[in-house]
Amino acid sequence: MSDSTHSPTTPPSGLYGLAADWSGDGNTFKVPWGKAMMWVFLLSDTFIFGIFLSGYMAVRMTTAEPWPNPSEVFALQVGTTSLPLLLIAIMTFVLISSSGTMAMAVNFAYRGERRRAAVLMLATAALGASFVGMQAFEWTKLIVSEGIRPWSNPLGAAQFGACFFMITGFHGLHVSAGVIYLTTVATRLLRHRPSDGEAPDDGRSGDESRVEIAGLYWHFVDLVWVFIFAFFYLW
Amino acid sequence: MEHSQQHPVSLYLQIWGLLFVLSACSYMVDYFQVQGALRWTLIMTFMFYKAVLIVCVFMHMAWERLALVCAILIPPLCLLVLVSLMALEADYIHRARGTYFAPPAAIDTGKHTQQP
Repeated sequence: MSDSTHSPTTPPSGLYGLAADWSGDGNTFKVPWGKAMMWVFLLSDTFIFGIFLSGYMAVRMTTAEPWPNPSEVFALQVGTTSLPLLLIAIMTFVLISSSGTMAMAVNFAYRGERRRAAVLMLATAALGASFVGMQAFEWTKLIVSEGIRPWSNPLGAAQFGACFFMITGFHGLHVSAGVIYLTTVATRLLRHRPSDGEAPDDGRSGDESRVEIAGLYWHFVDLVWVFIFAFFYLW
Repeated sequence: MEHSQQHPVSLYLQIWGLLFVLSACSYMVDYFQVQGALRWTLIMTFMFYKAVLIVCVFMHMAWERLALVCAILIPPLCLLVLVSLMALEADYIHRARGTYFAPPAAIDTGKHTQQP
């Protein structure tokens, strides 16, 4: 890759040429290469979730049986009163908090405070892990005590289970992957030695943009939850 | 390479607080069981503002160059075509299902049988 930047008149051919041309993305988008690629990945993920949600909309609008009321299905019993959607609200606040700590981590990474950035990323990962834990609790409750299955449920439209397990399951998978991703980047940040030097100026990511790219992924996961919360739980 | 995303900490804290408030508001919509068109308007408004704040500030879209902004934000608009096609067809499919698939008791409940 670095060869091509030194000799612009003779671009490499074959597989090297293929790699060099693709890494030329940096010429279109004036951001580090990894960041442009993360955006492209997130764009493709937008389509995946977009199609999940529009598929859900299609079955929900066309089903001939009544749709189970999410406000009651996801209610949580506190003492004697049943609070609607309580667990989901807590999960939402946990995920938003994690997005906040992630934004702060990116900020500190740009200030060169690697340690604080890494600690905040680990806090983000911990919040993400607790989100997944609450989701596991919610799934268990729905499967074991409410008898909801992907193919049928006792509350109404059979598609409810399929939509719920697919959409929240895919989102939970993203959160789990994000927890691993953030932990990896934070560990790498903590291992950074001053002798490693600053970011190379060839379009590859330095520490701060590596954190920012991880942040993009994490904020996207939060963004998807905003839509799931509105369309699945509040509709 | 000109590339820096350094912004004051207070900005992030403000947006963070705002996201909390907006989430609390959309939860309140359900808690007080607001129904009908008002429910939809409120939920969509809160959702839209949360999404905009996350994308613009947390994901730094507000400070990116236009080339990147267009490449990322325009393609998802295709989804609106899919959504509108599905929504337009929904009534027809719903009636067809009511006629051919539903158990006899469910036929006469009219369209959109969701009971809140």
